[in-house]
Amino acid sequence: MATPHSLHHEGPQKPPPSTTLPLRQHPQQQPQPTQQTVQALPVQPATGLRYPSSKKTIYDRNINRSKTAELSRAAFAYLFIEMIGYAQRRVKGVADLEKRLNEAGQPLGHRLLPLLLHRLPSPPPRPTRILPLLQFITTTLWRHLFGRPADTLERSAANAAEYMISDNEPLVSQYISVPREMGNFNAGAFVAGVIEGVCVGAGFEVEGVTAHGVAEQGGGEGGMWPGKTVFLIRFCAGVLEREEGLGKGM
Amino acid sequence: MSYYFAIIGHHDNPLFEAEFGTSKSGGDGASRFPPQTRYMNQFIVHAALDIVCETQWVNSAMYLKAIDTHPPTSSHVSCFLTPNNIRFMLLVQPHLGNPRASSAVGGRSGYRGEVYNPTAPATEEAIRGFFNEVFGDWIKATMNPFYGRDDRITSPVFRGRVMTAAKKFL
Repeated sequence: MATPHSLHHEGPQKPPPSTTLPLRQHPQQQPQPTQQTVQALPVQPATGLRYPSSKKTIYDRNINRSKTAELSRAAFAYLFIEMIGYAQRRVKGVADLEKRLNEAGQPLGHRLLPLLLHRLPSPPPRPTRILPLLQFITTTLWRHLFGRPADTLERSAANAAEYMISDNEPLVSQYISVPREMGNFNAGAFVAGVIEGVCVGAGFEVEGVTAHGVAEQGGGEGGMWPGKTVFLIRFCAGVLEREEGLGKGM
Repeated sequence: MSYYFAIIGHHDNPLFEAEFGTSKSGGDGASRFPPQTRYMNQFIVHAALDIVCETQWVNSAMYLKAIDTHPPTSSHVSCFLTPNNIRFMLLVQPHLGNPRASSAVGGRSGYRGEVYNPTAPATEEAIRGFFNEVFGDWIKATMNPFYGRDDRITSPVFRGRVMTAAKKFL
């Protein structure tokens, strides 16, 4: 209530400043000198970046400095929930929301792939086959993000292009209760985006990575892991063809 | 000995380019590409990308070593692939017939007489060192949340770091 009031107050107060308008017009009458000074300012420090007071840029820091650093879980939950809220205000349905979260996760995966490989003690080869890539995701990446490896990694029996990573207790959906009207929404869509970023970054095009909640033992509430989530990775046909070709070549 | 270094993105677009000369064996670190063939550098590097595509799934190392040559300018191209398939390309052009300017990377052992040998261990190790150093800096550059996939790297600090790495290894 207070804000509209004060806004209304400013309304009638506006005319008085108009008396000072002639003063303001002075600079406008000679716009060229002022514009020149304004333009000259950015040119001058163009080369001089603004360094932090310690004179150390990000390039001077050790890349492994934050290797073992851990982030507070509360801070993560707070930011993540804000992120979902932000996305939620801009979407129409659950599918849209999951897509947005997925897209938010992709750049993360894209960056983590080289960083984590660089940090490993003996630099391993680039992942060029599907299995090493998925193992990287379930062990190195998962351990970096969640502090433990993923629970299982399976290949779909029905479709050779589909792989499934399952997590019994995903951190992302730990503090989230999904309202009934949002049905099958799964906050794991963000992690799915991270996985997609890693796969696409490594050159394994995917048709999509999706997160599905599967309460174990079909029991819903009664299951041992009510929050169990399966990340379904569907690779494109071209990736499988290449994989086959490589398998023959070796 | 002159070098042309380029970072190539996913759409074969250059993200970063630099030119420098050797700093070893009395080199002053300035590139000396002959003006009549200097413009060829980008073409040569671009042509070498095809070979990278062929080898990148067979050879799972990041450092693919010397992968291509361009005999008319006697240039050699070395490549380093990051895990997310960004390509670092380094074109090396020894200067024939000018012993002072052509003192090479492998001046210690890889360089015999007038023939630059891109597969000499000393040369390969020098280039590997350079690539690894740039790789670390490149990760730091791309960790920036405002850096999008396949954006150009414009940071002068990054350029400075690349030049320092070149001075140190090449």
